Amino acid sequence: MDTHLYRLSDQQAAALLGQYAEAVAAKRRRALLFVVALGVCTALAAWAGEVDLRKFAEGLPRFWSYLYDILPKLRLAHFSTDLAEWFWNWDGWLWLLAETLLVAYVGTFLGATVGFILSFLASANLVKNAIARALVRRSLEFCRTVPGIVFALLFVYTLGLGPIPGVLAVAIHTSGALGKQFAEVVENIDMKPVDGVRATGATWVAQVRFAVVPQVLSNFVSYTLLRFEINVREASIMGFVGAGGIGKELLSSIRQFYYSDVSAILLMIIVTVFVIDLLTERLRHRLLGIEGHR
Amino acid sequence: MMPKSSLLADVNRTRLAEAYPDVFRPSLAKRMQTVATVAAFVGLFLFGMAWLGFSFEKLATGISRLGVIIGLMFPPSPGALLHLYLKGLAETLAIAFLGTLLAAILSFPLAFIAAKNVVGQRIVHFLSRRFLDTIRGVDTLIWALIFINVVGLGPFAGILAVAMSDIGSFGKLFSEAIETADTKPVDGVTSTGGSALHQIRFGIIPQVLPVILSQVLYYFESNTRSATVIGIVGAGGIGLYLSNEINQQNWDHVSFIILMILATVAAIDFVSSRLRFAIIGRSTRDAV
Repeated sequence: MDTHLYRLSDQQAAALLGQYAEAVAAKRRRALLFVVALGVCTALAAWAGEVDLRKFAEGLPRFWSYLYDILPKLRLAHFSTDLAEWFWNWDGWLWLLAETLLVAYVGTFLGATVGFILSFLASANLVKNAIARALVRRSLEFCRTVPGIVFALLFVYTLGLGPIPGVLAVAIHTSGALGKQFAEVVENIDMKPVDGVRATGATWVAQVRFAVVPQVLSNFVSYTLLRFEINVREASIMGFVGAGGIGKELLSSIRQFYYSDVSAILLMIIVTVFVIDLLTERLRHRLLGIEGHR
Repeated sequence: MMPKSSLLADVNRTRLAEAYPDVFRPSLAKRMQTVATVAAFVGLFLFGMAWLGFSFEKLATGISRLGVIIGLMFPPSPGALLHLYLKGLAETLAIAFLGTLLAAILSFPLAFIAAKNVVGQRIVHFLSRRFLDTIRGVDTLIWALIFINVVGLGPFAGILAVAMSDIGSFGKLFSEAIETADTKPVDGVTSTGGSALHQIRFGIIPQVLPVILSQVLYYFESNTRSATVIGIVGAGGIGLYLSNEINQQNWDHVSFIILMILATVAAIDFVSSRLRFAIIGRSTRDAV
């Protein structure tokens, strides 16, 4: 095969090269601007955040020694006794973990139920009244923007210590987050089934039940499972403010320097979160698989 | 005589019923399965409520107390402490910004190690992924408690905590972005004799940088939220004042702080989602 190489005239080449240099220079300028802006923000933030590199340098060895301290002292010679000593309170912690999971479950259930109902009211294709829709949307926004632990603090104050404030805090945050995600799903449905059901003279509730819910259910379940995963993490720290679960035990073991307890509890939390992640991921893939085959 | 249209509908109905027997007459087993699933979930919920000590009496008194508190929250007012709250808010933003930045810088090289297509070693891939999972499994507040032991109370501990927990998420997200990158540019760089570093710099980074930037911005948004509460355990930011005011029952201050948090989060969301759309285009926003 013949190949022909054409040489551009010097004039053309110079013009093109000039354009190239200009484009590169513009890109460089933009990158430089970005770096300068980032640098200014970093300096401001470092000033406001009391960043002290000397303190950090002094603290860093302490971090490693802390990590070393919380690691269990397991010796191969008497491994089982060491392990038993490390997990000396394993049954108590398991109960607390079970409580944590229940807080997450009950909170997710309540929140998902509320979010389920509110999501239809927040969808532009089902509710034509803009004011009602905006009202629902703003309250969902409020529920998900205020951090869960702030609700927990308020509820601990009004309901007393215990897991119920944790449940309510998780539920409120969940209803806000899921309500928004659900509404986005509902707004993307096919409207033809809705028209069909409406044509038979069905009420609004019947339209939602027979035309909307079948279309969105698998997505809803998938989002809810994802949220349950997040809520398990959330529930594990609710105990920091006295709202139930394993958090209280973790807080006191960190504050009172019970080193090996810290690692034992952390390990149990990490394993639980990991297992929950795995299970929900399996379930979600299966659900989406069913959806795909349809 | 039957009207024609209804006759047609009947014919259609029979045909459809034959084609989709499950829809028209679900078998008893299938119905029972649905009922059983729902019953199991509701049952577990009721069991959980009972086990956790739920009672309507307590809830009623709680709600009435909450009503009183909400009444006391209006009108929201900072009292004489506005400058303290503003300082706390600045700390919160600083924690979110520096924490996210630090995590992004540290996890960038880590992500290449964790990506399957860059480091071929299976064991490296597996170990780095598990390492990132472990970091991610620990909540920011827990990291905050640990870092308070290392650098003392204050926002610096919060910065390190946010950075630590984000390294786990970023490492995973970045390495996924790298794994899904198109290999053709890499082949092109290889064909010109580029080294492994050249392949990464000119083949992969230009592809993944927009995705990574938008993810970093997204996490900055969510870190602003978590940085508002990190002060509850003493790691700097507005959360410290919030929990103090709740403990001292200054409800008008509490509501003012909550409003400040809401306004800040909304402002950060607005700016950062604008930036994200500018970087990746509006259509792909759901992918992030």
